[in-house]
Amino acid sequence: MKTQKLTEQLELFGCIQCGKCTGGCPVARKTTLNIRTLIYHMLVDPSMDVDAHQELWDCTACFTCVERCPKDVEPAELIISLRGELVEGGRVPETLGTALMGIFRQGNPSGMARQDRELWAAGMEESLERAKGLATRARDASSAQEECELLYFVGCIPSYDPRIQPVARALLRTFEGAGLHPGTLGTRESCCGSEVRRMGEAGLFGMLVEENGELLRSVGARQLVTTSPHCFNTFRKEYGLDGMEVLHYTQLVARLIDEGKLTFPEPSEARQEEHRTVTYHDPCFLGKQNQIYDEPRAILEAIPGLKLVEMDRRRERSLCCEGGGGRMWVEGTNLQERLAFQRVQEAAETGADTLAVACPFCLLTLEDAVKVQGLDEQLRVMDIMELVDACGAMPHVER
Amino acid sequence: MEQEPRIGVYVCHCGVNIAAAVDVEHVARAAAELPGVVVARDNTYMCSDPGQALIKQDIREHGLNRVVVASCSPRMHERTFRAAAQQEGVNPYQVEMANIREQCSWVHRDKSRATEKAGLLIASAVAKAARLEPLEQREVDVTPGVVIIGGGIAGMTVALDVADTGLPAYLVEREESLGGRVAELNRTFPSLQPVSDLLQPLIARVQDHPNVTVFLTSCVSQVDGYIGNFEVEISGYGETGTPAGGDPASKSGTPRAGLSVGSIIVATGYDVFDPQRTPELGYRDYPNVITSLEMEERLIQGDLTVDGRRPERVAFVKCVGSRDARLGNPHCSRVCCMYTAKQARLVREMLPEAEVTVFYIDVRAFSKGGEEFYDETRSQGVRYRRANVSEIYRKRSAPGVDAGLAPRAGAAPVLLVAEDTLLGQPIEFEADLVVLAVGMEPRKNAGVIQKLLKLPRSADGFFLEAHPKLRPVDTAMDGIFLAGCCQGPKDIPDTVAQAKAAASSALIPLIRGSVPVESASAVVNGELCAGCAMCADVCPYDAAALDDLWGTSRINPVLCKGCGACAVTCPSSAIHLQHFTAEQVLAQVDALVE
Repeated sequence: MKTQKLTEQLELFGCIQCGKCTGGCPVARKTTLNIRTLIYHMLVDPSMDVDAHQELWDCTACFTCVERCPKDVEPAELIISLRGELVEGGRVPETLGTALMGIFRQGNPSGMARQDRELWAAGMEESLERAKGLATRARDASSAQEECELLYFVGCIPSYDPRIQPVARALLRTFEGAGLHPGTLGTRESCCGSEVRRMGEAGLFGMLVEENGELLRSVGARQLVTTSPHCFNTFRKEYGLDGMEVLHYTQLVARLIDEGKLTFPEPSEARQEEHRTVTYHDPCFLGKQNQIYDEPRAILEAIPGLKLVEMDRRRERSLCCEGGGGRMWVEGTNLQERLAFQRVQEAAETGADTLAVACPFCLLTLEDAVKVQGLDEQLRVMDIMELVDACGAMPHVER
Repeated sequence: MEQEPRIGVYVCHCGVNIAAAVDVEHVARAAAELPGVVVARDNTYMCSDPGQALIKQDIREHGLNRVVVASCSPRMHERTFRAAAQQEGVNPYQVEMANIREQCSWVHRDKSRATEKAGLLIASAVAKAARLEPLEQREVDVTPGVVIIGGGIAGMTVALDVADTGLPAYLVEREESLGGRVAELNRTFPSLQPVSDLLQPLIARVQDHPNVTVFLTSCVSQVDGYIGNFEVEISGYGETGTPAGGDPASKSGTPRAGLSVGSIIVATGYDVFDPQRTPELGYRDYPNVITSLEMEERLIQGDLTVDGRRPERVAFVKCVGSRDARLGNPHCSRVCCMYTAKQARLVREMLPEAEVTVFYIDVRAFSKGGEEFYDETRSQGVRYRRANVSEIYRKRSAPGVDAGLAPRAGAAPVLLVAEDTLLGQPIEFEADLVVLAVGMEPRKNAGVIQKLLKLPRSADGFFLEAHPKLRPVDTAMDGIFLAGCCQGPKDIPDTVAQAKAAASSALIPLIRGSVPVESASAVVNGELCAGCAMCADVCPYDAAALDDLWGTSRINPVLCKGCGACAVTCPSSAIHLQHFTAEQVLAQVDALVE
């Protein structure tokens, strides 16, 4: 591969080789990935053998390097572009290829049938139908019925993964409880493409942006809320959804609590969730990449009886769980030292009995790690939404 | 006394700068045909002595009363050509320039079209020149005396230089004592001289000098006037509920003095970067992560212990808050490399058994004796590692940390996470004490002085000098000068050098006794003025005001800078700007569009 064009495109000439990127890279400490030296090669070598850099697939797209670079270089974008070179030549790890194919054919990385996308709402069919109706009616402007103010984008993992489906249900239940009537797209919803872009499949991502963008705009909602920080991040920064406020659910729920539209009952013996000691893990796509640190904590602190303790590495220093950037579908080069293992140990050391997360990927990777590390007796991984739901969040007055 | 215009046009080649893109001979020939033009020539360098001699000779031989020079920007050489014309008795305001370099030859490649454009620019200048009127060069007397804002090492140096000439110096300091930032330091580099040795005698001299008046806990609250004749109001700082560090121009304090002076020096210093803005470095999370200024305090106290224990591994982290675009501080703070070397060396002396490591991106030891000091520091056993520390955190299970929820506060070591870029390897480095080498920032309230004195600031937020090389202590405001770190980060020698330069520049008008003022000022036609005062609203120099007696506008020709804002705002067209009259400007435009 010729380096010149990409070097100019990504403005790598601004790099002073200080190493703040590699120094902060969570996977550099355990694999051969060194983003600074990759940039250096780009700067001084006219050509690069991209195939020799299989460690490119180790990057989790946590964007710590981008956040910390003092010269506004975006190191992770180089990795994405180099992955693009590999994708272009069809040289991708097989499991990644399968995920991309699933998204292309069925709109989700697991390759599950598109018509099964709304199975997450099992047991809440009435709510689902109503939500779908809202989003559809709003689409044909002829009917001057209820407008769809808020659109709930469920996302692939919450739609299909049985471990995450309850999070989506909890969300819908909580919103309805607070008097909100979100619309959803049902089986018309497709993958947001966040990880597609980060795996280097720019073409497919462009297609998804176009199709999803058109669909989302056609609903005419004022707000778009997502389960996953990954969907949230791409909609917010990479879709150009002008006039639509893109929110992660933690922002919306914190707002509802703040406005008194969502309150929690006094603690009761029956609900043991309320007596938990919780530590919170900041997801990279919510925290580092979007500076949403306070809202998730505000939600946890609003739950009576629940005690929040902090890990040393929190907020800007949160440790990546290794679930982003396509890493849900490719193992990477060092399986022994998973960051998630380290992370759950850190959580356990706080004395907390619950590790709260706000991201489907984090939930899956950390829960796995808890099992592998033999911490399941001691530590339970829960999404914030599950805690909110379990603690009986309710609207202020009625019901 | 309307003169028949007799115009000479001089087209400059500027070597090849203009001649390569513009057919200079052709445009000179064309210019000769323009109305009022008596002679038109081209020359390799009009600004050279022979070039100027050519103009002077033509004025004598052809009786020219207007000169048009087509060359570079008037910012470059207008003064040169005005002076040449004036020597032959032509009023300097009857010289006009056509900028065919910056605005033509340098920006165009197509020679025929560039030539056409140059021709038009010259025709336009000739059209204006024909209508130029002679203006009188005026002077005003000055009030001796200098107000100096800021009583740090820069301000005190200026005060003493001014006072030693016998003129009064007024030193205004918001804190309760003189000395500024330097007073917070322990020893200086590269001499390792105790700061008190150089600061105390300086403060004593300032306090004892009969010509220096010191205003402590004071600030400048109001400034009127212009170069040579400023009226400065001094008020109490931080009085009546104003928190210290608040608005230094707060008028809440009672006015303490009204001073009349000829020059003002700004020496307001800098703020120290607050590393809470780099949360990844854990400042305030860990008591053993401190700033370099806090380290100075510890060095003064002679106490480097952490939780009562002598640290075994001390780490310095450079460029914290400097050279960092994401923090809005792209600049190098210029002192951190050297003060870090100094601190590292002092730590080596005080804790000979401790391992001292400096983490750096680049080492900049450019000051006099700097590189030698850096060499000496390394030879004393200080280790330098090329790594920009990315994160500082603490492992809960690290030695010295109690199990359970609360880590023992101070003593537990922290981990510096970085890539050693020479090894090409990520590292985790354990340290008992970490010093963040914080950089310099513009004062958070620099905006107050900016507004009060109408001073521009550069992109980095520091006050902007009039020219980075040739006028480093001047500002865009005549009679106001900069000294020290308010203009940009500096070490003590550079600060003192700049302070002495500012003092000497500030003294020029005071010693001369008078200052020239802009002749191309705005003039009000009282017959047309309706007294709406819109001119006063737009004037950035407070030169326009309604006359108490007549109710019509008057423009103070000394304050007026000739910007023309009032002339275009006036709804009655009652204001005209001399040297840029409507007639002159319209003639210029007509020549361009014809």
